Amino acid sequence: MINMLIRRLGQSVIVLLMVALVAFIMFRFVGDPIAVMLGQEATGIDREALRERLGLNNSLLVQYGSFIMRSLQGDFGISYRTGEAVSSMILDRAPATIELALFSGTLATLFGIIFGVTTAINRRGVISQAIMTTSLIGVSLPTFLIGILLIWLFSVELGWLPSFGRSGAVEIGGWHTSFLSFDGFKALILPGITLGLYQMTLIMRLVRAEMLEVLGQDYIRFARARGLPMRKIYYYHALKNTLVPVITIIGLQFGSIIAFSIITESVFQWPGLGLMFINSIYYVDIPVMSAYLVLVSLVFVTINLLVDILYQLIDPRLSDAQTGAN
Amino acid sequence: MFKPSILTTAICLAVSISGVAQAQTLNWARAGDSLTLDPHAQNEGPTHTLAHQIYEPLLHRDMAGQITPALATSWAALADNPNVWRFNLRQNVQFHGGEDFTADDVVYSLNRAQMDTADVKGLLTSIQEVRKVDDHTVDIETKGANPLLINNLTNLFMMDSGWTQANGADKPQDFANGETSFAASNANGTGAYTLVSRKPDEKTVLKLNPNYWGKGQFPLEVTEIVYTPIQSAATRVAALLSGEVDFVQDAPVQDLTRIAGEDGLKVVTAAQNRVIFFGMEQGKADLETDSVSGKNPFSDKRVREAMNIAINRDAIKKVVMRDQSSPTGVIMPPFVNGWTEALDEVPTYDVDQAKALMASAGYGDGFSITLNCPNDRYINDEAICQAAVGMLGRIGIKVNLDAKPKAQHFPLIQNRTTEFYMLGWGVPTFDSAYIFSYLLHTSGDKRGTWNGTGYSNTDVDAMITSLDSEVDLAQRNATIAKIWDQVQADVVYLPIHNQVLNWTMKDNIDFAVQPEDQPHFKYLSFK
Repeated sequence: MINMLIRRLGQSVIVLLMVALVAFIMFRFVGDPIAVMLGQEATGIDREALRERLGLNNSLLVQYGSFIMRSLQGDFGISYRTGEAVSSMILDRAPATIELALFSGTLATLFGIIFGVTTAINRRGVISQAIMTTSLIGVSLPTFLIGILLIWLFSVELGWLPSFGRSGAVEIGGWHTSFLSFDGFKALILPGITLGLYQMTLIMRLVRAEMLEVLGQDYIRFARARGLPMRKIYYYHALKNTLVPVITIIGLQFGSIIAFSIITESVFQWPGLGLMFINSIYYVDIPVMSAYLVLVSLVFVTINLLVDILYQLIDPRLSDAQTGAN
Repeated sequence: MFKPSILTTAICLAVSISGVAQAQTLNWARAGDSLTLDPHAQNEGPTHTLAHQIYEPLLHRDMAGQITPALATSWAALADNPNVWRFNLRQNVQFHGGEDFTADDVVYSLNRAQMDTADVKGLLTSIQEVRKVDDHTVDIETKGANPLLINNLTNLFMMDSGWTQANGADKPQDFANGETSFAASNANGTGAYTLVSRKPDEKTVLKLNPNYWGKGQFPLEVTEIVYTPIQSAATRVAALLSGEVDFVQDAPVQDLTRIAGEDGLKVVTAAQNRVIFFGMEQGKADLETDSVSGKNPFSDKRVREAMNIAINRDAIKKVVMRDQSSPTGVIMPPFVNGWTEALDEVPTYDVDQAKALMASAGYGDGFSITLNCPNDRYINDEAICQAAVGMLGRIGIKVNLDAKPKAQHFPLIQNRTTEFYMLGWGVPTFDSAYIFSYLLHTSGDKRGTWNGTGYSNTDVDAMITSLDSEVDLAQRNATIAKIWDQVQADVVYLPIHNQVLNWTMKDNIDFAVQPEDQPHFKYLSFK
């Protein structure tokens, strides 16, 4: 177990280093930050001087190396765009993204399971057919279009919910939260649905498929024969057995909700990490882009590591097989 | 019984009138946020817009684009020395923090704006020295006479020397040293609005400065400004339609009809100080991206002329810009000194004539070339390029379009690695010399930095240089006209149109469009 952990940690570090390296190679193709940083009156000499001072004339490996060294000391530099320290920018914007991810993750899980079970139990019912059909929207429409449609309906036509921003956020101990005020919660609803719709569809279809399989098994038939109430059979005995793969998916999807909230955040001007990242791409803000990419890979690596550890704990056969192979 | 009722009515009226005048919040949205609160760190439109509410320059351009006194009340070049401009400063002005505004602050601010980390330093290259004469008089000495110095000062904001020094913000933001600057996130100006709170990319709140010197001179009806950048164009429009914002500075052209048709909203339109055009590499002996070997087709004036009349500017206006542009024949917005109707006249669209010119130049069968175009900088930039591709195709020029984000597009022009490109140009000094110096002078380190065409004419260069120190304005204007005649005859660029600004707002707002896209909210009034 300890061996495995050390090996896994080593691999994680290598993954992080590789992500940073690939990111640095890609930055060359994003554009020239100097062109956006200096106004049109800047001369060629000014541009060259700034490029030199920012170290952009150094070779790729030197730039990469100094990024790694500084990151190890916790210094991610300052943003080319806003002049803020990158670390404080990330800390400042993380709450918005984390809360949005939590909210939409909860929505997706809750409705995904409810709809999944409903459509499995009652496969040919009108409601199930309707849910299945509309769920196609969740997978087939692009996120920005769903966002715009929701804004048009609930903000412009009905005027119920705000179309942009994170109004009503309350500060508690340095953390800005939307959960503690009515306005804040209202602002969460549309981006939450937009971001969670795809995940909800995914969970719903997974739960449905698993349920269909479980419902055909003997113990369900015996439970029925014993005369247990149907609701208890479905929501307790059957559902419990479908949850193992569902939980794995939910865990992994949580990482991608955080990482890929970019589109939702830019449609709703949600001031989180995704919006920060998209702005930094437009501006070729290398310090922010590199820190964000490393952060996102850290999230994924950590989740994967936890999942691996959990698997080992749940199923000892996995670790036996690995020790045997070694 | 009669008296008290009048009194009550009077009180009620007074209360209701003051109630109207009080607490008018303006919710303002545009696509991009200000980059920094440090007024000298960036030389960029949205950053200046926010700075103009909080800080003030010595003089600024009002809503009609006219130069108007701000912190200086009057100015003139000294009669005995045209190299020195004397500025009389406004008295009894205080910064938001209560500090008095004096000549020391002017000297300090203008020196700070010339430091190597100040992005605005490019506007001040002609300055030799800034001197305090007395507490409310300042002299600016230029290297040689500079009759247009004040045109360069409209975005140079005054900071309090004591406050800035005490907070360690002596230098504008240095992106290289890894430290954040106090002035980037805090502000202390003399302007009509004080900073209440700011979260970059999220929200900035300003409130009316109760001690503003301009009380009684400006409407000052907005008592609170809430500024939200909203990047997605559709969301920006939705926020306006749903009433969440009152004023949107940059609604997309395709939504203007919808907004204008909505009850309670209006669109206010005016020409913008930005001209859009194409440039062609005409200096090199051979081009890399063309299909002609051993020759440069763009170096033949007939080819450039043919292209100039092959582009149907009216079609671009109607189809691509939905009527929101004004086609032009010169790379100069109409506010600029040197502009004439004759120069502005749109070249007559004539495909047959263009084909004939191509044939006489020996390119009757045409050629192919790559066009570099930005896709996130100007209004419908990529679509304009696509339209041009089709139009040039009709005279046999097969254009391969390469559209990229601005961060990749502009280096191509600066490094002269593009041979056919789109560029837009605003003229902050409102004078032709600015266009000449950057776009038409032979390209070099100091001048011609945006001249990607390779156009180099020693006569023109000499005339451009002479403008810098010509004190006789009539003589100077004559030289400007001569330069324009020459470069128009040489067809150096292919002008397309001037952009049009469309400010959309609730219809109880009375606010004219400022040609530099700079709303000064102290001028805004409600109906």
